[in-house]
Amino acid sequence: MTDVTPQGTEFIPPAEVTEVELYHPHSWWTRYVFSQDAKVIAIQYAGTAMSIGFVALVLSWLMRLKLGFPDTFSFISADAYFQFMTMHGMIMVIYLLTALFLGGFGNYLIPLMVGARDMVFPYVNMLSYWIYLLAVLVLVSSFFAPGGPTGAGWTLYPPQAITSGTPGGSSWGIILMLISLILFIIGFTMGGLNYVVTVLQARTRGMTLMRLPLTVWGIFTATVMALLAFPALFVACVMMLFDRLIGASFFMPAMVDMGQQSAHNGGSPLMYQHLFWFFGHPEVYIVALPAFGIVSDLISTHARKNIFGYRMMVWAIIVIGALSFVVWAHHMYVSGMYPYFGFFFATTTLIIAVPTAIKVYNWVLTLWRGDIHLTLPMLFALAFIITFINGGLSGLFLGNVVVDVPLSDTMFVVAHFHMVMGVAPVLVVFGAIYHWYPKITGRMLNETLGRIHFWVTFLGTYMIFFPMHYIGLVGIPRRYPELGDTAFVPPSVHTLNEFITIAALVVGAAQLVFLFNLLWSIRHGRPAGDNPWRATTLEWQTAGTPPPHGNFGKELPVVYRWAYDYSVPGAPEDFIPQNVPDLPTQGSRA
Amino acid sequence: MAVALVLVVIVVGSVLFHVLSPWWSTPIASNWSYIDNTMVVTFWITGTVFSAIVLFMAYCIYRFRHREGSQAAYEPENRKLETWLTAVTALGVTALLAPGLFVWSHFITVPKDATEVEVVAQQWQWNFRLPGASGKLGSSNTRLVSTDNPLGVNPDDPNSKDNIIVVGEDLHLPVGKPVKMVLRSIDVVHDFYVPEFRARMDLVPGMVTYFWFTPTRTGTFEVLCAKLCGVGHAFMRGVVKVDTEQDYQAWLQQQQTFAQMTAAQKTGALERPAGSANEVAAKAN
Repeated sequence: MTDVTPQGTEFIPPAEVTEVELYHPHSWWTRYVFSQDAKVIAIQYAGTAMSIGFVALVLSWLMRLKLGFPDTFSFISADAYFQFMTMHGMIMVIYLLTALFLGGFGNYLIPLMVGARDMVFPYVNMLSYWIYLLAVLVLVSSFFAPGGPTGAGWTLYPPQAITSGTPGGSSWGIILMLISLILFIIGFTMGGLNYVVTVLQARTRGMTLMRLPLTVWGIFTATVMALLAFPALFVACVMMLFDRLIGASFFMPAMVDMGQQSAHNGGSPLMYQHLFWFFGHPEVYIVALPAFGIVSDLISTHARKNIFGYRMMVWAIIVIGALSFVVWAHHMYVSGMYPYFGFFFATTTLIIAVPTAIKVYNWVLTLWRGDIHLTLPMLFALAFIITFINGGLSGLFLGNVVVDVPLSDTMFVVAHFHMVMGVAPVLVVFGAIYHWYPKITGRMLNETLGRIHFWVTFLGTYMIFFPMHYIGLVGIPRRYPELGDTAFVPPSVHTLNEFITIAALVVGAAQLVFLFNLLWSIRHGRPAGDNPWRATTLEWQTAGTPPPHGNFGKELPVVYRWAYDYSVPGAPEDFIPQNVPDLPTQGSRA
Repeated sequence: MAVALVLVVIVVGSVLFHVLSPWWSTPIASNWSYIDNTMVVTFWITGTVFSAIVLFMAYCIYRFRHREGSQAAYEPENRKLETWLTAVTALGVTALLAPGLFVWSHFITVPKDATEVEVVAQQWQWNFRLPGASGKLGSSNTRLVSTDNPLGVNPDDPNSKDNIIVVGEDLHLPVGKPVKMVLRSIDVVHDFYVPEFRARMDLVPGMVTYFWFTPTRTGTFEVLCAKLCGVGHAFMRGVVKVDTEQDYQAWLQQQQTFAQMTAAQKTGALERPAGSANEVAAKAN
C-alpha cells in the first residue's frame, strides 16, 4: 500500500549525516554572481536558458517565414535556412529544455523539496553554471565566425557535417558547435552529480524515497539518465572533432568531396548515428520526465486531490527511464542498418508506450472526483496532457517500423517531435513558472496576462503542429527550405504552410506577453504569502518567501507523510503539509 | 465550463480535420499498400484513444470543477483499475505492433525474381546503373570515381562492360516487375524517396543498402532526397518513369553501356549528357 497518513507511533530516525555548514556569501559578487546557493544558480540557469531559447524562437520565425512565403523571403538562402534550423534545434533541445528542467527547476526545487539546505556540492554546482554559460557563449560565437554556424541539422550527421557542401562544415561552425557541446556535457555532469547525490543523501529526516514528490522523481531519474547517456554524445563529438581537425576516420568513409577524393578511409557514418541516438533517445526522455513529474504535482495541488496511483507513477518513471536506453534505433529504421534490428527496436519502442500510457491515465484519473481549480498552472497542466497524448500517439505511427518507412524524414516527424517535446513540456514549463513564481519572488503573476498567454499558446501551437502531420503524410520531406514546383504537392499544401506560419508568429507574439508579465510582476504582482496554492510539499513550508539562504531557518523540517495529503477525510483543511505530524482525525483513514 | 467546451471542440475539430482533410498519402504506385493499411488501422486506434481520453477529461473538468463546498475524493490507488488499464493498453499496442512486424518481415525479404537496379547518389544528383544482358552488376569502388567514371564502376570486372549507366537522367522501370534497389553513395548520406512507392532507404557511403518494391502503375514520379546532404539537399531531384514493357525496352535500347561510355571518352565525345544534372548543380550553388 502507498505510504499515506502516518501512524501515531512512527519512529522517525535521526539524521544519518551531520549538517554541513553552508558557504555564506560576504560580498555582492559572491551573493548574486558567483553564488553557491542553488536557488541563485537555478535562476542563473533559467535566465540563460530562456535568453538563448528566445534566440532559438526568433530563428524559428525566420524558418517559418521562408516555409510559408518562399517567394517573399527568397533572400533567405538554403545555407542560411539550414543554419537557422540547426541552431534552433540544438538550442531548444539541449541549451533550453535540458538546461531549464535540470539546471533551472532541478537546482531550485530539489533541495527545497527534499528538505535540504542546499545541494551537497555547492562549489561544483556553481562551477557547473559557469561552464554552461561558457558553452552557450561558444555556441553563440559560431554565429559570428567566418562561414557562420553549422547547418548540418541538430543531429550533425557525418560525413556531411564536416564537409564543404554543408554550411560551417569546413570552417569554424561545426568546430565551435562540437566544443560547445563538450563543455555543456562537462558542466552537466557536475550538476548532475549534485542532483543525484542530494536526492540520495540529503533528504531530511522522515523523507523516504516513496514520500518524495513526483517532481523530484522526474528530475532525479532524468539526471541519472543524463549521466549515462551524455557520454555517448561526448564520445561522438570528440571523434567528429578528430575527423574534422586531424583527418581521422571514425565516421568518414572513402568519399568524393566536391570532386576530390578525400583522404579519409574506413570510417562508419552509421557508428555516429548509433552513438548519437544512444544519447539522443534518452535525451528526449530527459526532457520529458521532469515535465511528467512536475505536471503530476501541478494537477494534484490544483485539483486538491492526491495523484492517482503514486507508486505506479514512480515505477513508470523508472521503467520509462530504463527502457529509453533500448529504443534508440527507431530513429534509424531507414538508415540502412542491419534490417533485423527493426524487429527489436519496434518492439521495445511500442513497449515503452505502456508505462507512458499509464501515466496519462493516472493524470486523468486524478481529475476524476477532484476539486478542480482552473488556475493557470492547472490550465497549462491540462493543455500538457492533451498535447502530450497527441504527440505520443503520433509516435506510435513512427515506432511501428514499417509505417515509419514512408513517414521518416518527412514533416510528420517534425510535427510529432514538436508536439511531444516542443509543445507539451514547454506548456509544463509555463505552468511550473506560474506555480512557483510566487515562491521565488513572493508575488503572483498577473492573471489576465496569463490567460491571454495560455489560450494563444495552447490553441496556437495545436494549430501549428496538428495540421503539420498531414503535410508529412502527403510525403513532403523535412529540412526542405522550399518545395519549388513539385508535381505531387497540391497548392493547398502551400496554403496550409502559410496558415501555419501565421499561427507561429501569433504564438511568438504571445510569448512577449509572458516575458512582460515575468518582469512586471516582480514589482507589481499581488503579494503571494508563503503558500498561496495551499500545497503540501516542503518548498511551501520555508522560513519566509522568497526562501532565505539555508531554506528552512534554524531547524530542518521533519517529514511524517507523503506529498499528496489533499482532501484527507476528516482533516481540518483540504491539505496537510508533509512536515505536519499525525493529526487526530474523525472517521476512518484511507 | 468554457474549458470543457474547448476540449470538446478540439476533439471534434481534430476528427473533422482528419475526415475532411485533402492532405492524405499521395496515391500509391507500388505493392506496399500493406503499409497504407497498417497506417489506417493506426489512425483508427489512436484517433479513438485520443478522443476518448480528451472527452473524458472534458467531462471531469465540467463535473468536478470547484464550487462552494465541493471536496475531492481521497483514493491513493486502485490496483484493480490500474491493472485493467495496463492490460488493455498492452493489448492495443500489440494489435498495432503485430501486423506491423509481419509487413516489415515482408519488406526486408527480397523476392527471388527481383531484378537489381543500382542507385548511386552524389551531391546533388541521382545516377543509376542497370545490369545488362548478363544480369549482373560489376563491382564498384568510390576510389574509382572520376570525371570519366562518375559511378566508380570497376573497369577490370568483366560484368561491368554491359552495365547501363544513367548519369543525372531519368530512371525507367517496367511496370509490374519486382525490383531490388541497390543503393550506394559516393559522398554523404542521402535517401532515395519516391512518396508514391512508399518504400525507401538511405544511401550511405562505404555501405551498400537496399529496399525492394514492385511498381504497380505507369507514370512519372519525382525522386526527392530525404536525408540532409548539404546545401543542395532540397534541389536534389530525380525522375522515375514506370513504363509498359514495350516502352521500357525502347528506353533501354537508347541507353549507353559502361563500355560505350568508356569508349566515347577515348574518342573525346561528350563526357556527360547535358540536361538535368547541370541544372541541379547550378541551382544548388
